[in-house]
Amino acid sequence: MSCNRADTVLHGYFDNELDALGAAEFERHLERCSECIDALESLESLRSSMNVAQLFEKMPALLREKVLADLSSANLIRIVPARSPWRWLAIAAAFLLFAYTGWQVISIHGSDNYETVLIGEVVDAHLRSLQPGHLTDVVSSDRHTVKPWFDGKLDFSPEVQDFADQGFPLQGGRLDVVRGRAIAALVYGRRKHLVSIFIWPMTEKDASSREGSRQGYQWIHWRKGGMEFCAVSDAAPSDLEQLQRLFTE
Amino acid sequence: MSSPAQGEGFDVLDAQDQVRFEMLVLPHLDAAFNLARWLLRSGADAEDVAQEAMLRAFRFFHGFHGADVRAWLLQIVRNTCYTWLEKNRHVKDMTEFDEDLHGLRSATPEMLAIAGDNRERLTRALESLSPRFRELIVLRELEGCSYKEIATIASIPMGTVMSSLSRARRQLQLALADTARPEVNHEL
Repeated sequence: MSCNRADTVLHGYFDNELDALGAAEFERHLERCSECIDALESLESLRSSMNVAQLFEKMPALLREKVLADLSSANLIRIVPARSPWRWLAIAAAFLLFAYTGWQVISIHGSDNYETVLIGEVVDAHLRSLQPGHLTDVVSSDRHTVKPWFDGKLDFSPEVQDFADQGFPLQGGRLDVVRGRAIAALVYGRRKHLVSIFIWPMTEKDASSREGSRQGYQWIHWRKGGMEFCAVSDAAPSDLEQLQRLFTE
Repeated sequence: MSSPAQGEGFDVLDAQDQVRFEMLVLPHLDAAFNLARWLLRSGADAEDVAQEAMLRAFRFFHGFHGADVRAWLLQIVRNTCYTWLEKNRHVKDMTEFDEDLHGLRSATPEMLAIAGDNRERLTRALESLSPRFRELIVLRELEGCSYKEIATIASIPMGTVMSSLSRARRQLQLALADTARPEVNHEL
C-alpha cells in the first residue's frame, strides 16, 4: 500500500474521529487518491457486513438473573429482573386489578380517599424512581441547576433548595406523573436513605401536615402557599418531619 | 478515572452508591457480556468471566468517580478476561496474527462481499485475530466506542488507537478473504 494515509488518517475519517479541519483536508485528498477511495469502500463494506451479521451478543437472561442475585446477596441490592413482555403483562394485570379495587374503595368511601389514592400513587412513584435509571432526570446538588431544569417542562416553577447543611443534601430532580398531571419531584439524601418530594400547584387552603406509612415507606403530606407537597422515604418519620419544617419555614 | 486493578475493594456500598450502581452500571450488562464473549471466543466462558467481572465492578464502584461508566466497566471486563486467559493458558490466544500464514493477498470488496452476509465466516475471521486486534474491532464496531474510550479500555495511548485499528482491520480483511476462499487456503 503506497498511500500512507490509507493506514492512518483514513480510519480516523471513517470513524468520524477527525476534527473538521482534518476531515476537510482528507476529503480534498480523497478527490485525487483512488487508493484511499478503494480502501474506504472496503471498510464500509466490512462494517456493513458486520452490521448485517449482528455479531453483538447480549447477556443471556439466566446469567442476568444470576448476576443480579450475586449483587443482591453481596449487598442486599434491590433486584430488578430482566423485563420480559410477560412480566409487564403481569404487572399491567395486577395494576388493573388494583385500580379497579381502588375505584371500588373510592366509590364506597368518598371523602378521605383523595389522600389514600394520592399516597398510593406517590409511594409507587417513589418505588419506581428507585429502579435503575429512574431516580433523577437532572443530577445535581446545585439548586441553580435543578430549578432552571424544570423550566418549560412544567406549568409551574417549584421552589428548589439544598439542605445539605441540615443533613438533607439535594441529589437532583425529575419529572413524575401523579393524579394524571406532570409534577416536580426533588430527591434528597438522608444518611443512607433517599427522600422523594413531590410538588405541584393547587388552589385549596394551606393545610398542616398529615403523615403515615404505606408499604413500609413513610409519607408526609402538606399544603402551603398554593402548592401541595408530599414526601416519601424509608427514612425515619422524624427525618421527614424535619425536612417538612425546612420546606415550610 | 481510577484504575479498577488498584486500591482497596469495598464490599459494602452505601445506599446512594447502590442506587448509582443500578442507574449507571446495570444498563451496560449486555456490553460487558459481549466484550467477554468475543475476547474469550466462548459464550460459556464469557458467562463465568462476565459474572466475576460484575462482582469486581461492584466492589470497586465506590472508588469510581469518572464520567464514562461504560468505559470503566468494559476495562474491568477486559482485564478480568485477560487474567482468565492467562490462567487458563490459552497460549495460542496470546500469539500475534501471523501474516505469512494468512498470506498477503489483498482483500477486495468483492471478496469481502462474498463473505459479508455470512455470520459464521465473520465470526471465524474475527476469532482468528489475536485478542489485542480482536478487542479493537469489537470495541469499535460492536460496542461503538470512541477512540478515547478504546484508549481507556485497552490501556493504549490515545495516539495509537487509529493506527492500531488500521492494522486490526487489515488483519480482519485478510482473515475474511481466507474464509471466503477456503479451498485456496487448503492448497497452500
